[in-house]
Amino acid sequence: MDDQNLVLVKNLKIEGLADEKWIQIVNGIDLHLKKGEVLGLIGESGAGKSTIGLAAMGFTREGCRISGGEIYFDGIDLVNADAKTKRSLLGKRIAYVAQSAAAGFNPAHRIIDQHTEGPVQHRVMSVQESRNDAIELYRKLQLPNPEEIGFRYPHQVSGGQLQRAMTAMAMSCRPDLIVFDEPTTALDVTTQIEVLSAIRDIVEQFDTAAIYITHDLAVVAQMADRVKVLLKGDQIEEADTESMLSDPQEEYTKSLWAVRTFKRPTKPMVSSTTTPIVSLKGVNASYGKTPVLENVNFDIHPGRTVAVVGESGSGKSTAARCIVGLLPPTAGEVLFNGIPLPAHYKKRTKQDLQKIQMIYQMADTALNPRKTIFEIIGRPVEFFLGLRGKEKRRRVEELMEQIEMDPMIYIDRLPSELSGGQKQRIGIARALASEPSFIICDEVTSALDQLVAEGILKLLANLQDSFNLSYMFITHDLATVRAIADEVVVMKNGEVIEQGLKDDMFHPPHHPYTELLLSSVPEMDTTWLDTLLESRKVDKTV
Amino acid sequence: MILVYLIISIAGIFALGWLFRWTGQKINWPKDEWNIYFRDMSYLVGVGFIFAVALILFTLYVYFILQIKFFVWGVQLLVICGLSGYIFRFLGRRIGTEGSRKLFRSMPVTAAFGILTVILYALLAIFADFIAPYEQDEIFEVINALPGGNPDLGGDPRFLLGTDQLGRDLLSRLIYGAQNTVGIAFATTVFSFLIGITGGFLAATLGGWVDQVLSRAVDALMAIPQLIFALLLMTIATAWAGSNKVMIMVYMVLIIAVLDSTRVYRLSRAVGLNIVVMDFIEAAKVRGETLRYLLFREILPNATAPLLAEFGLRFCFVFLTISALSFLGIGIQPPLADWGTMVRDLAQFINFAAFSPLTATLPLLAAGAIALLTVAVNFIVDWVLHKSSGLKS
Repeated sequence: MDDQNLVLVKNLKIEGLADEKWIQIVNGIDLHLKKGEVLGLIGESGAGKSTIGLAAMGFTREGCRISGGEIYFDGIDLVNADAKTKRSLLGKRIAYVAQSAAAGFNPAHRIIDQHTEGPVQHRVMSVQESRNDAIELYRKLQLPNPEEIGFRYPHQVSGGQLQRAMTAMAMSCRPDLIVFDEPTTALDVTTQIEVLSAIRDIVEQFDTAAIYITHDLAVVAQMADRVKVLLKGDQIEEADTESMLSDPQEEYTKSLWAVRTFKRPTKPMVSSTTTPIVSLKGVNASYGKTPVLENVNFDIHPGRTVAVVGESGSGKSTAARCIVGLLPPTAGEVLFNGIPLPAHYKKRTKQDLQKIQMIYQMADTALNPRKTIFEIIGRPVEFFLGLRGKEKRRRVEELMEQIEMDPMIYIDRLPSELSGGQKQRIGIARALASEPSFIICDEVTSALDQLVAEGILKLLANLQDSFNLSYMFITHDLATVRAIADEVVVMKNGEVIEQGLKDDMFHPPHHPYTELLLSSVPEMDTTWLDTLLESRKVDKTV
Repeated sequence: MILVYLIISIAGIFALGWLFRWTGQKINWPKDEWNIYFRDMSYLVGVGFIFAVALILFTLYVYFILQIKFFVWGVQLLVICGLSGYIFRFLGRRIGTEGSRKLFRSMPVTAAFGILTVILYALLAIFADFIAPYEQDEIFEVINALPGGNPDLGGDPRFLLGTDQLGRDLLSRLIYGAQNTVGIAFATTVFSFLIGITGGFLAATLGGWVDQVLSRAVDALMAIPQLIFALLLMTIATAWAGSNKVMIMVYMVLIIAVLDSTRVYRLSRAVGLNIVVMDFIEAAKVRGETLRYLLFREILPNATAPLLAEFGLRFCFVFLTISALSFLGIGIQPPLADWGTMVRDLAQFINFAAFSPLTATLPLLAAGAIALLTVAVNFIVDWVLHKSSGLKS
């Protein structure tokens, strides 16, 4: 037994239950981790990242089982360990930070009470000691009001703060190993930085070993000492972060690295005389009595893509809801081809409804799970164009060819039988089916893997060229903006902060908020986070 | 003393369970599959195995050595039910179209048994006039309250299940009872679901005052104990209907359907609320779809699983309510045969259990008919639920 390794996994095989058959999902992975080392696991969804990360804790999800190989934690055989041994390790020496902190905390208890549970259970500390320690950890993680924040309930703090509180909770027993399962994926870029730096500091401070699971290469570059690339349960390659970034060996890794290169050519300026297809004039909106939009003005011209960026809560999606008529504005109006639209969708004509379409972020909830692809795409074809029978079917097949999916294979499937990217394509086809002139894309790529997302972006760009569509592209991902947008609108707290052509936006001088957004996008450079934090510190002292 | 034995045997089962798992883990099985199975086996699963073995041994002991009559019958009935379900499924897998055979292939024995039972009940109900040996209100001179029709024991071979205290053939009444009870219960349940689902989905989709009005009305209805309320309304209805027995039945169906739809309403509203927040509903709204399309084409298909489960359950409850009302004398009116009334009429025979066990089984026949259908329907619903939930994941 190698003393140096805290975690040693040899030839790990894991099977998952699908249709009452065991199917191998992890095919013989080796993994080793020294004390104080951070290993990044990277791969697309379905690569087995989380499964391997959890297996390193000796845990498998419901419906999975370890079918072969060995797992040692500090010399303890975790595969054959009984429940008691595992119980004494988990929480105390091995901890886990989940992707969604909001789902990881019990909403009925205060944060600090959940924090103290572990140490008290494992008889490491008394309740009072543990509370003091929690406050100390909150301070180290730079949470605001460390003395007080733990006594709130999970819904009373923001997502980024909750994620840091969860990291503090994982630290509560000073474990030797922490498994981070995509801890920043659900966060805004600006919040992500705080969480990343907090995690890195605390891992360094306590010399904790960590397994960091993510699909974001730029994030892993900041966090990990070593990176392991996975694909469908197989290891593609493993190397030091530096050499992995500068000199990837395998084709697949290179393709992952190359993903962010897609960029559309810049289009010429629109002449000021053309009527914008959609334009918002002084739009105010509110949910109940809470105002969410404040005097929003912007135009979208035919055949162009306007990206609306901002953090969550900035009112991007609300603006979209005003345009489609789901949320009538309290003041101002929405013009369509220069003519004011009725505020509420029920008062609009069928043509208005037909010409404005929307593609949603979560394809899972945007497609009726009980309907076949033919029914989903066929309904707007029938509803707006009045096609029936053979004509309808031909049109649906045509639409499926436009979104690059084979109608022979997919037309009679249910959404659950498709992958995430395919579902999103169906969402696009449904929007196309009514032959619109304007489509709102609400975070269409943020739930997808990078390779898949790029495919979707290319498809949207091609469709725009062939049908002269206009897009309003809501996103928080600036890489996407760079790839697809013609113009950019930056929103914060329900107001438009800055707008203009894309190239102008990406070149200084910026509005300070735009600057913050731009600089917060992780770059594929291991020193990026340090440099950035350093520069911001300087700013603050000045 | 018995308590001591019981404790010792339970402790023994637990110890053996541990031993079973332990040996399983020690032995190096030829199949890798088994090694993994024992490694991941939890302690209680091991105990479960031993307990199952103990239960089988106990059953065999009582069946062959003690030979307690009712226990023997029970075991035989269980075996017959299981076998018939198995054979039905076996036949279903061989005969029929490609689609039906595929359906049978994914079916557990319990569901096959349930379907077989429901089919038999339906046949009995539809062809009652041809199958039943006598009329349901035909009164004979002889009163022979002894099922079995065995002359050696004093039975009458003309009446396979004996007669009731008025001299009406029980077998015929059971068969006609299927027609009356099951038919009315089915109609009532379908009706209550129509009301409940429409109301619930409307409340979920429209919200606002529609939701308030409907929900408060339902609350008010539910605040009154159902059976007592039904009794009250039935009394009024009976007065209205006068001597028109058909109208009494119609009123009964309506009253039970409305009272029962409150529960369906609550369920479909709760399920509907979860569905209306989905993006595909929003997409359909913005498309300008009508309310009817939203309710029945977009929401309903996604609510079938919980509603079907509820249907199975509700059907049984409606069934029992009708039987209870008939038992109290205001449901299905005599001389029409109905299982609830039959249980009531024959209930006093239970008192004969001490000196004539066979006679005491008479009220159990109708009760058993109710129980069997309830179990069968729930078997089917369980299977359908399992199937539809499997599709989702």
